[in-house]
Amino acid sequence: MEEKEPMFSAKILKLFTNPINKDNPITVLMLGICSALAVTVKLEPAMVMALSVTIVTGFSSCILSSIRNTIPNRIRIIVQLVVVAALVILVDQILRAFAYDVSKQLSVFVGLIITNCIIMGRIEAFALGNRPWPSLIDGLGNGAGYGLILIVVAFFRELFGSGTLFGLQVIPESWYIGNGGFYENNGLFILPPMALIVVGLIIWIQRSFNKQLIEK
Amino acid sequence: MNKDSNTYTFIYASILVIVVAAALATAALVLKKPQEKNIEIEKKLNILASVSKDTGLSEAKSKNDFVESAYDKYIVDSFIVDGAGNKQDGDAFLIDMTEEYNKIKTVIKANEDEKERLRAELRLPVFVCEEDNGALKYIIPVRGMGLWGPIWGYLSLNDDFDTIFGAVFDHKGETPGLGAEIAEKAFAQQFIGKKIFTGQTFVSVKLMKGGAPKNDPHAVDAISGGTITSNGVSDMLRDCLDQYNAFFIKMKTQH
Repeated sequence: MEEKEPMFSAKILKLFTNPINKDNPITVLMLGICSALAVTVKLEPAMVMALSVTIVTGFSSCILSSIRNTIPNRIRIIVQLVVVAALVILVDQILRAFAYDVSKQLSVFVGLIITNCIIMGRIEAFALGNRPWPSLIDGLGNGAGYGLILIVVAFFRELFGSGTLFGLQVIPESWYIGNGGFYENNGLFILPPMALIVVGLIIWIQRSFNKQLIEK
Repeated sequence: MNKDSNTYTFIYASILVIVVAAALATAALVLKKPQEKNIEIEKKLNILASVSKDTGLSEAKSKNDFVESAYDKYIVDSFIVDGAGNKQDGDAFLIDMTEEYNKIKTVIKANEDEKERLRAELRLPVFVCEEDNGALKYIIPVRGMGLWGPIWGYLSLNDDFDTIFGAVFDHKGETPGLGAEIAEKAFAQQFIGKKIFTGQTFVSVKLMKGGAPKNDPHAVDAISGGTITSNGVSDMLRDCLDQYNAFFIKMKTQH
């Protein structure tokens, strides 16, 4: 018999906080980079994407963990895919119904959450060997860690690439060259390579604060 | 029970698939209504934007209510014409432009004898907007291909069926910052006041790389770095508006 643990023990909380910093799926585990490049041009889609991925990682881990002892080993991966795909389709349908503009901006990337390595990674590595509650927390934590990086990257890309935040003009109109000022938006920030550079800078900053992450 | 037996695996897979399918089918049924509503609102908003009747949307409390009431107020009529300029029965709002665009492509490829017949099979929507001062604007949907996928838009014409009153463009997935700029207001505003006819000859409006010559009524600036999307917009305008040619000519002679 496993020992019964309180719902929010320090160990459980660690499952949530570790992926946000020292086990971050993007900056430390290097998972889910592709969608981080694609949806971070503007803050709003990045936030919706972050939320969607968090929900899918959390619930897919939880569901698969609760049926982990019944899954036939030979079709393990297929069963995981079916559950993840079903959740992703649900998220996509709900966005289409209640957040149409954002779902238009995210277009194919909602569907591509299925292929996000973080989800399958956490199911294989954690959910199949742990109880549903810790699995849910672990999934949500990893989604949050992914989402945090997405939002930070999107903040810089929208600010410098479009001069806006959440679609609202932040850089004064009078600064622009077109209006007799000195400033111009940096087009490079809108293109995917800049997301990679920003992620690289975040990794650099994170490792300079957290020396144990530096590989020997 | 033996979890590795074939029977167990088959039964497990079947039950899983049935449960998931049932859940998804339920969700699709429940969410169908709001999804279709969103698509309808989006289309109405685009039509309104082409006659600049979408201002005030950002202050509006409910997007749906704003669009519905503005649409009911300004769009006073809509009808279908075929490629020969004759009116046809049906609801213009329900015409699927993807389907019509495919028909237009076959019209363009067809030889001269076939063209006449195929054109008569087109079902082209026209929306009529009445301004506060009573002036009528005619809104024409256009559709084409960009670099990565479909592009579309709405063009509104003055009642001389020549001068462009307004335009709006959108796209499925053009490159952000490059081809996707066609969806920006600044791009669409270039079309205001341009002409699609020289006398009685249809010439359309072209996107010119390196900037349109000043005072050219048939040219606007193309998008730098978005050549294929720009060409797509030029082709879209030429191909789609050309199908309305007979209708335009008919209306021009009436005025």
